[in-house]
Amino acid sequence: MSDDEQKKSVAFGEATNMENGETVNLAAGDEATAEHHSAENGEATPATFDPSAMKKKKKTKKEKEPEGEEPKENGDAAFDPTALKKKKPKKSKEEGAEAAEGDAAANGDFDPTKIKKPKKSGEKKKKSSGGTAGDDDFESRLKKLGLDEKEEEPSVPQTQEEVEAELQQGIGAWAQDNSSPFKYTQLLKRFYINLYEDHPELSGEGRLKNYKIPPPQVVREGNKKSIFVNLPEIARKMKRNPDHVIQFIFAELGTNGSVDGSGRLVIKGRFQQKQLESVLRRYIIEYLTCGTCKSPNTTLNKENRLFFVSCNVCGSRKSVSAIKTGFQAALGKRRKQQA
Amino acid sequence: MSLDNLKTFDPFADTGGEEDSSAQANIHIRIQQRNGRKTLTTVQGLPKDYDPKRILKVLKKEFATNGNVVIDDELGEVIQFQGDQRTKICNFCVNELKIPKQLIKLHGF
Repeated sequence: MSDDEQKKSVAFGEATNMENGETVNLAAGDEATAEHHSAENGEATPATFDPSAMKKKKKTKKEKEPEGEEPKENGDAAFDPTALKKKKPKKSKEEGAEAAEGDAAANGDFDPTKIKKPKKSGEKKKKSSGGTAGDDDFESRLKKLGLDEKEEEPSVPQTQEEVEAELQQGIGAWAQDNSSPFKYTQLLKRFYINLYEDHPELSGEGRLKNYKIPPPQVVREGNKKSIFVNLPEIARKMKRNPDHVIQFIFAELGTNGSVDGSGRLVIKGRFQQKQLESVLRRYIIEYLTCGTCKSPNTTLNKENRLFFVSCNVCGSRKSVSAIKTGFQAALGKRRKQQA
Repeated sequence: MSLDNLKTFDPFADTGGEEDSSAQANIHIRIQQRNGRKTLTTVQGLPKDYDPKRILKVLKKEFATNGNVVIDDELGEVIQFQGDQRTKICNFCVNELKIPKQLIKLHGF
């Protein structure tokens, strides 16, 4: 998810840069203004991203991490935050709020600026070109620009197909004379595409998606208990010890329960089928799928108190963390605890 | 080095204590059901260089909810909130505290 966003944002940044570069080239008449403008653009876009603003917030709120960027605040940050009284937190919060607003504004502005900026530059050019050359000239330039844009855009492919196509044809980033350095993500994509073409069985493409287990059947018992009816069946399908699955479910849901006579799992608390589904999905991802080939055909065994998942398809092994319940908040009545 | 490692391994020690150090980096955000449709969210394992009380103070205001800091014997300070605040806390950790998302573990349904 975040990876994707990153990629996209990276691609976006490149696109705008390119366009800026083009504006410089095309508006040869008033190169100076265009350059100036593009320079502004170039500066403006990173400025909205400027991490120092966010850093400031972090610092003011926590006032701990020493950083050389804001000497003023470092002076404030020198003292112990635990010793702070009311005045300080208020101030920092205000600042934090401001910074947050700034952040929000930056985030909100983010896309529009990107879309707008090329337009703006176009408008400027329109004025300037209208002054220096005829309208036809400008239109032809615009067309050129549009064409160029179209040509340039695919060099930052965003979909899988585009990447594949580029790879096969050896164009774009993969052209022989391409001098720009490869990005890690690009190379990684290339690796997976090649792997999928040559050894589809290793790439595990879509294998997990096809993996099916019967949906959990949940019945409510009374008002406060849920019964997970087909847990034994699911555990058998997954080739896992039911106890392990139960342990995981209890740890995830932060509750407890018991197994009744016919193997059904009684869980304290109200849970719906889809909630248990998501828990099971997490279990499958963590304890069932092979880390390398994504196959669910794995076995879990314990060695020296460490759990290992070994794959029956590709033979790889990975260690998985033991199930930990973690912090459990005390619920219920105070009287009970004290007694 | 290897000898040192051997020394530190005590086969009779309680499990869990040692594992904590390796999994410490993770932030666990859990949910617990209370009576009825009420829930409780707990945040465990925030980095030590943040003061949980101050985080709590900000978050309480932001989420318009109550909460408190519980001191646990093993896990140190744990922040509790009323209601299901998991995604909000997760967003806060990612956006404000700049904690990588991989380190945040969302538990519960």
